[in-house]
Amino acid sequence: MTTASAHRTADPIISVDGVSFAYGERPVIDAVSIDIEPGAFLGLVGPNGSGKSTLLDLMVGLREPDAGTVRLFGELASDFEDGERIGYVPQNATTAARGLPLTVRELVAMGRYPRRLVGRFSDADHQAVDDALQQVDIAELADRRIGRLSGGQRQRAYIARAIASEADLLALDEPTVGVDAESRDAFYQLLDDLNAEGITIILIEHDIGVVTDRASRIACINTELFHHGDTESFVDSDALADAYGVSGRVVHHDH
Amino acid sequence: MATDTDASDTSDPGDASGAADASDATDQRPTGLSGRLRTRNTARETAELVGIGLVGLLAAFMLGFILLYWFREFPYVELLYTEFRIAGRLLDGVLGTNVFKHPFMWQSLSTGVLIGIVAPLVGSFLVHRQMALIGETLAHAAFAGVAISLVFNSLTGWDGSILVGALVIGVLGALIVQWLADRTDTYGDVPIAIMLSGSFALGTLLISAGRGQTNFSIESLLYGSIAVVTPDGTRLMGLLSVVVVLAVAVNYKQLLFITFDEQAARVAQLPVDRYNTLLVVMTAVVVVGAMQVLGVILVAAMLVVPVAAASQVARSFRETVYLSILVGQAAVLAGFAVSVSLSLPAGGSIVMAAIGIYLAAIGLSKSGVTAISTH
Repeated sequence: MTTASAHRTADPIISVDGVSFAYGERPVIDAVSIDIEPGAFLGLVGPNGSGKSTLLDLMVGLREPDAGTVRLFGELASDFEDGERIGYVPQNATTAARGLPLTVRELVAMGRYPRRLVGRFSDADHQAVDDALQQVDIAELADRRIGRLSGGQRQRAYIARAIASEADLLALDEPTVGVDAESRDAFYQLLDDLNAEGITIILIEHDIGVVTDRASRIACINTELFHHGDTESFVDSDALADAYGVSGRVVHHDH
Repeated sequence: MATDTDASDTSDPGDASGAADASDATDQRPTGLSGRLRTRNTARETAELVGIGLVGLLAAFMLGFILLYWFREFPYVELLYTEFRIAGRLLDGVLGTNVFKHPFMWQSLSTGVLIGIVAPLVGSFLVHRQMALIGETLAHAAFAGVAISLVFNSLTGWDGSILVGALVIGVLGALIVQWLADRTDTYGDVPIAIMLSGSFALGTLLISAGRGQTNFSIESLLYGSIAVVTPDGTRLMGLLSVVVVLAVAVNYKQLLFITFDEQAARVAQLPVDRYNTLLVVMTAVVVVGAMQVLGVILVAAMLVVPVAAASQVARSFRETVYLSILVGQAAVLAGFAVSVSLSLPAGGSIVMAAIGIYLAAIGLSKSGVTAISTH
């Protein structure tokens, strides 16, 4: 985990350049360009079906663009190999099947797998897992089955996995679906803390209020990019109304 | 077998409790209740490890028998084999049975014991990937493979092993399933269902067409039989078991990762498609080895039922793997005992035994035995 200040002069962590993507004939992402600077907390907003999750998938290399390029940590996404640098929290993390016989510790340990696919865990690996569990305050749940945690606890376990992997980037797709309000606030506080430590965060969240409270930058999309800039400029702009309405013009794009 | 997954351990019991101790110390939490639970957990873990160790010894003994039988013509080995036969007769005498003196019974038993290990081992990943029906599909593909081998042998006069034909077609079926899954982004049940019934249809057509040209008993293949296990089949099962256990041990972490979070595994740059393919090919391999005893129709049960039983009471994935193997082994041994003593089909007996354990596990789980750790 490097600090935000160390990153400030570095290249973008993610560089999306003229990216388009379609499911069959239906375009979902159209000529979107975004650079995400190290240490940013980017909120990705837009109406349902606007392509937010697809864009996030493209950003972390889960999908290949039909046109344009995605660079992760300066490398083309297709050539990128340092998977442990990205902590990914899937959309269904809080609703994953309750019957899964996986402990919190086993889940968090997966964060170390890219570093140690073969052979036993070293002391450092075990320590990283323990530290991650402590940091998100779920050490006492380590031996519980993940399926038997509350939504908020489960979400913390996924974050702990990213911390254990020493990720520089955290990508979260609607992480608080099914999480109660109190746990949600605590969860976003945890994200703030991680961001303050220099971890770059990309967050998809349907609650615009949460995003504007927490994120330092906002990207608003509905197939096209309607706005990308700091949170204040987003709040002052008409981007949200445009993205949710019928207008297709780009109102803001200040990077 | 005790070390099948230890090689790639992430949280073995010793380390887990050690780490928990450390976190408790830092937290300065009261350790009264958790301390008592930990003692109980350690006892449970010890019992499981002893069980797995015993299963491992049993498997080693059975592999020893397979080698002994294979090389029984060789000097010294011949002597050892004679001693083994005498020991079998003595055992029958002591137990009042008519089982252990027959080499074919040992072949079936060794095949069964190995099935009881590898089927739940592979099944642990399949079930939790919600791919339980893949085993059934590949069993039917293997059935088509048997039919193709029979026709091929009768047309060409070649005397190749029918099981090898089943293995080739089963693995081919596995690759097709994986190809379909890659194209459709899911293990959709429609292509799976089409492949399942399609390969069975092909098998029945070929076997009907070839009727009269072979004395192969189709019933024993469908329902499984202790008597149908051949020396070739036993050797194949022995070899495949060693390969599968090694493959799981080496790739445990990757298989676990794709099982529980395929997308995150992709983001972590794991070659997910390769491990998916490994998993379905291992399934085909297990199915072909196991269908001798269990029969085409019942073979998938051993991939699923022991894992379902274990998942009811297990407190971690590792424990699920251990308990699945123990349940699988118990079902095989109990099923054999019933099958031999009552002259019933082995497949049905084994599967019913496994389902009996599954129901008991549900009862245990409901009665709160697992609630101690899960609150």
